[in-house]
Amino acid sequence: MGKTIHAKAQRSLRRELQEILLGTEVFLMIELRVNGAAKKFDGDGDMPLLWFLRDVLELTGTKFGCGLGLCGACTVHLNGAAVRSCQTTMKTAAGKAVTTIEGLKHPVQAAWEHGNVPQCGYCQSGQIMQAVALLKEKPKPTDKDIDDAMQGNICRCGTYQRIRAAIKVAAGVKA
Amino acid sequence: MNRAELVVSRRGFLGIFSAGALVIVSEMKADATWQPSVYLGMEPTGVVTIVSHRSEMGTGIRTSLPMIAADELDVDFKSVRVEQAIGDAKYGSQDTDGSNSIRSFYEPLRIAGATARTMLERAAAAKWGVPAAECKGRNEQVTHEPSGRKIAYRELVTLAASQAVPKKDELIYKSPAAYRYVGKALPIVDLNDICTGKAVFGIDAKMPGMVYASIERSPVMGGKIASVDDSEARKVAGVSQTVQIDAMKPPYGFQALGGVAVIADSTWAAMQGRKKLKVDWDLGTNAGFDSGAFKKTLQDSARQPGKVARNVGDVDAEFAKGGKVHEADYYVPMLAHAPMEPPAAVAEFKDGKVIAWTATQNPQAVQATVAAAVGIKPADVTCHVTLLGGGFGRKSKPDYVAEAALLSKKVGKPVKVVWSREDDIHFDYYHSVAAMYMKAATDEKGRPTVWLQRSAFPPIAMMFDASAKYGSSEMAMGWNDLPFDIANHRAENGPATAPVRIGWLRSVANIFHAFGVQSFTDELAAAANRDRVEYLLDVLGSPRVIDLSGGRGGGDKRYPLDVGRLRHVVELAAEKSGWANKKSGAGHGFGIAVHRSFLSYIAAVVEVEVDAKGKVRIPRVDIAVDAGMVVHPERVTAQFEGAAVFGTSIAMMGEITLADGRIQQGNFNNYPVARMPEAPLMTHVHIVPSDAAPAGVGEPGVPVIAPAICNAIFAATGKRVRDLPIRKQKLV
Repeated sequence: MGKTIHAKAQRSLRRELQEILLGTEVFLMIELRVNGAAKKFDGDGDMPLLWFLRDVLELTGTKFGCGLGLCGACTVHLNGAAVRSCQTTMKTAAGKAVTTIEGLKHPVQAAWEHGNVPQCGYCQSGQIMQAVALLKEKPKPTDKDIDDAMQGNICRCGTYQRIRAAIKVAAGVKA
Repeated sequence: MNRAELVVSRRGFLGIFSAGALVIVSEMKADATWQPSVYLGMEPTGVVTIVSHRSEMGTGIRTSLPMIAADELDVDFKSVRVEQAIGDAKYGSQDTDGSNSIRSFYEPLRIAGATARTMLERAAAAKWGVPAAECKGRNEQVTHEPSGRKIAYRELVTLAASQAVPKKDELIYKSPAAYRYVGKALPIVDLNDICTGKAVFGIDAKMPGMVYASIERSPVMGGKIASVDDSEARKVAGVSQTVQIDAMKPPYGFQALGGVAVIADSTWAAMQGRKKLKVDWDLGTNAGFDSGAFKKTLQDSARQPGKVARNVGDVDAEFAKGGKVHEADYYVPMLAHAPMEPPAAVAEFKDGKVIAWTATQNPQAVQATVAAAVGIKPADVTCHVTLLGGGFGRKSKPDYVAEAALLSKKVGKPVKVVWSREDDIHFDYYHSVAAMYMKAATDEKGRPTVWLQRSAFPPIAMMFDASAKYGSSEMAMGWNDLPFDIANHRAENGPATAPVRIGWLRSVANIFHAFGVQSFTDELAAAANRDRVEYLLDVLGSPRVIDLSGGRGGGDKRYPLDVGRLRHVVELAAEKSGWANKKSGAGHGFGIAVHRSFLSYIAAVVEVEVDAKGKVRIPRVDIAVDAGMVVHPERVTAQFEGAAVFGTSIAMMGEITLADGRIQQGNFNNYPVARMPEAPLMTHVHIVPSDAAPAGVGEPGVPVIAPAICNAIFAATGKRVRDLPIRKQKLV
């Protein structure tokens, strides 16, 4: 409740400031780390991290698929945990460390290549980021663990069985 | 084998990508490049450039086509640089649909490689003063066989360029036994880029100084703007202006839909601005359209005598004799493509010309569509083709590229258009909804003596002729080509039209036609209490060739409808799945379906488990594939694995509906597609070794899946699903 009031007060203050500054919106500076490098952002703090990565930093390996956190194409790591960057605002990302597919170096990627997983490839950045997070939590995942962790990531080409196999290869568990 | 090394070309315009190894050229223009074919060039360094003129949307075609030329030229694929062609008629058709790339371009790419090799052999012969017939190009070098002298291809480039281009009948091709790549597995050229985030898709393309657009379109097809209030939209930070696009006029073709575009300095700002638009629409007469009522209309149409697509024997006389009569109605709803990458394009209109970068299945259609939209000649449109984040037929319709070009002309800057997922679902060229009516009479063994089939669906032809009501190309997709040995048979097509855009979706009308035919066959077999495999083989009849002349897709003599090959895939799928030892019942069942489409013969056995709540799991699929000669068996296998998942989405969950003329789905929450736990756990693909002419691969795996799943559900539960999707049916 307190937070809501605070946010309302902030919005009203922002509106007033805006009027004073002839309609120019005012945003606070946000600082974060992306793939190890310090980055700054002074735009709309409600903008999803996805668009900062894609449009501002030109890190286009992170994909837009649905905008509602339903497909997983935009999955990145925020302080090491898999998140949907389309549902993560810049305010939320402030002060945190972001890893994108461009900054990833992980055996999962070799397993993906070994198993010729991708077809069109569009969802695969998100699939890989999600798989890496799964293995961090469960180094020897069962089929159910894989289902549970990966069901948020849609592949319309239908590479699921190869994704499952590649995760097992990376984990060193039996197919 | 390691991944073929993709040599990255850094030509000037590639600087617009911050990262990206997708090599795209307008033409091979390095001065020293020898170009014996539009598809192939060689530099004195030995680097071979092979053009991929077809679009890569996941089939592996950017690897498979170059492999053919590299093999025939006989060079190490690691030395090959694959370059993606712009749209240009000189390459032949670039319309990457119809499962047609290998089918139509195996020969041209083979000729390109053999032509280059022949010219290198002749160059060596001239250099050495020996007969060309004694010189053989193998492994990047020409050998004079009598003397054993050798010379590297790269040392012959200049001399080869001065040789006469050989005629087709002078070419000597490699024997299949000598192939280095064709028929073997090579990793796709984009594999590492995809796994490291460097691969460039349409949505990733950039042009210097570009702005972003998000477009509000009429919620009802054919609606027009009554009034626009953009004052709030223009106040959003980053928004620079709004621009109106005229409403399209029938027939719709590939025109931009029309609407109000919000122009901004980022995708996000454009989307936020769009939310603040106040647009009043004159929705027009389509605002009353309801897909529930339309289902009834379609079913009525399918129940009436229609236009005859095929007639064998005397159907009416045979039915008049009586016998055991079976009837069934089947229904497949409208479907959306929902490729993971929504439609996206960037285009710049400048000095009467357009340059576009986009994910398209058909760059020549981009040229024609954009030219018509902005009033220039197609030759003045340059279309660069990126990777496609899925296509499935959606991206053969370049309406979104027309939007980007129209907006750029009005804004005076390059404009990038990115569709939201909701835009993608709301404004698709949908797979047509279809109703089918089937009727047969059977003899004492349950074998049909007479068979009548009728279908009704809004045809794709509506897009090009607003008055069209009957199927055209759809008829040769599993309707006028029933491969059964039945003395009396008639296929009909009823009229239908609907206020939506209809288009090709992976395997097109085969989806509903195979569902009707293969479900009904299973029903007849069940009524006769016969083994499904034995029954299918019985109705297919003896191995024979069925005459497909008379406008029934029988134009190409290389591809007769060979019932023997259909029988073989049925037997193979049965054998590999262990059919003979499987017992269905108590929530566990096996189903089979067979279908020929895109000239390939496919049979699938699907295993399902239906739990006490009616939830369906698919532990295993076996697909037998006879696609003729196969260039890249590993990628072909992947296509059929994917088809099993795509078919599962269609069978289990796909459904687009309309109320008040508006599409009621918008994202993956209400237009679900198969996720990992819902997809078949394991699909086994069994490719029939064949020397026959190469046939289709990308699409023909899809049609068998839905009927095989429904047949398996019947075997498991006794519940017959005649209306898709299965998730809307009560199974227990």
